[in-house]
Amino acid sequence: MKLIPRRRKKYSGSVGGDIMIFILLAGVGVFMMFPIYLSVIQSIKPVEEFFIFPPKMYAMRPTNQNFIELFQAAGNMWVPFSRYFFNSIFVTVVVTVSQLLFASSAAYILAKVKVPGIKALNKIIEISLLFQSTVTGIMVYMVLARLGMINTYFAITLPFIATPLSIFFMRQFMGQIHDSMIEAAQLDGAGHVKICWQIVMPNVKPAWITLLIFAFTGAWQITGSNYIYNEALKTLPTVMSQIGASGLARMGVAAAATVFIMTPPMILFIFCQSNVLETMAQSGLKD
Amino acid sequence: MEKVADKKEMIPDKGKNLKPMKNIEDSRFRYTVREMGRNKSAYLMLAPYFLLFLVMTFIPVTMALPMGFTNFNMVTFPKWVGFNNFYTLLLEDEVFLISIQNTLVFAFITGPLSYASCFLLAWFINQLPGHFKTVFTFVFYAPTLSGNIYTTWQLIFSGDAYGILNAWLVNLGIINGAQQWLTDGNLIMGVVIVVQIWMALGAGFLAIRAGFQGIPAERYEAGAIEGIKSRAQELLHITIPAMGPQLLFAAVMQITASFAAGHVSLWLTAFPTTDYRAHSIMNHAHDYGAVRFEMGYASAICFILFLSMLLANWGIKKILGKYLDG
Repeated sequence: MKLIPRRRKKYSGSVGGDIMIFILLAGVGVFMMFPIYLSVIQSIKPVEEFFIFPPKMYAMRPTNQNFIELFQAAGNMWVPFSRYFFNSIFVTVVVTVSQLLFASSAAYILAKVKVPGIKALNKIIEISLLFQSTVTGIMVYMVLARLGMINTYFAITLPFIATPLSIFFMRQFMGQIHDSMIEAAQLDGAGHVKICWQIVMPNVKPAWITLLIFAFTGAWQITGSNYIYNEALKTLPTVMSQIGASGLARMGVAAAATVFIMTPPMILFIFCQSNVLETMAQSGLKD
Repeated sequence: MEKVADKKEMIPDKGKNLKPMKNIEDSRFRYTVREMGRNKSAYLMLAPYFLLFLVMTFIPVTMALPMGFTNFNMVTFPKWVGFNNFYTLLLEDEVFLISIQNTLVFAFITGPLSYASCFLLAWFINQLPGHFKTVFTFVFYAPTLSGNIYTTWQLIFSGDAYGILNAWLVNLGIINGAQQWLTDGNLIMGVVIVVQIWMALGAGFLAIRAGFQGIPAERYEAGAIEGIKSRAQELLHITIPAMGPQLLFAAVMQITASFAAGHVSLWLTAFPTTDYRAHSIMNHAHDYGAVRFEMGYASAICFILFLSMLLANWGIKKILGKYLDG
């Protein structure tokens, strides 16, 4: 395929249409970004600028004082800050990686392998997507308590791995892979594991990179506040909201904490998105 | 091919078996068992996910459903009260009726609007060249990435003159004094809907974006050769038919999000909202579950919500199923 030079022959619309779309997107984009922009601005405003009327949309004398105070407060805590940091990284990595591995391999079976019981499992997943967690929180606590997992790392990782969303998402994408590809691999003697990881997964790269983003964003925000009471096991979001939650004079510090928490998912997202766009050279995968 | 050969083996020999009916059933069972045995690796691949799912989601949910028929204060053992909770909910609890109404308003405004914007914005982004795609995808998904920046929204809608929106409107001469955006019963619903829509471009939006990226370029080339003349034609004849599973995923996500709306008002405004003006079913469940600790009643509320979501999901699937085979 690569020997033939590829020329883009697809219909690509008028330039005028492109400009219209750009303007429309930019307009909506301003609305979407405004609160985030404002958070960033708040985090670099010195305290006295919070009380100017009318409120300014920019910082007149930007300062890093809020961030310094944030880390000072974090440094003076009873549990060393590095511990919270480690907890967050640990929980995020464990949850993200296992969610990706478990959901992908199970989704492949659900989507493409017909073994007894698959229909029932598919139905269960679809229905459980609709159930809300408000009331099950207490039940999850009971289950964790019965297993002796309260106040351990298990309590802030295990309940967040097998989400219906992740498997449903992967199943939807894997269902689009053409059966002939899988049959060809089976004829070559490949087993389910090999087909899933060496044939199907590379072909749904946009899907699993997107799932990586979902999983990371979700895991990064885990606080597990109901299942953990040992201070040394808490994660960054809990700590950051504790530092930030103290009145008007600390508004800047609270904003700094918000910005600090939202940065890692955003960096990962930008990295992943540009990666997805690079790998669009798919051909003949779907029927 | 193997399967067919297997089946032949399983058909019982006429001479040996005196009760053929039973034996056919028997063999079907054995066939199933053998199929399962042959696909051991498939079950091993399902196992890690479904074990965790069973323990951490399935068991808690099945434990929660019967709770709706009990009186449970989380201290003493649940007491069976039959349909009492449901009678009270539907016949006596006026706030619940308000919350149903609010949830329906939410669902009918934010649901279709956010679903349409998920798809249209993702499609528009896809029309743009190279790096603009990354930038705009980031811009629209950023609200979800940012997690809880309700504090910033509170600042925007703050009721004093330091509230950003108030300051702007006063400066422009549209209003004279400060509006109480977060406590005025007439405004609160609007505010919550705006923030809800701001957050709406979540998993569904990204799924559709990723779906566009999986459509092979050849199809568009073939379309161009066959005489596609506008973006709309391209959308209708090539893009949408290739997007069934993603569109269904996004629909399910948006249904769940709009029926379970309640987080916004919980974090943004006082709880409960003034005159229950933005009180949703989820808020009602939160009120009984997390504030009053009447878990039985809260479970009953969630049960009704769950049933209505099943109904909505079924309806959407019927509608989408006509156009897509997802």
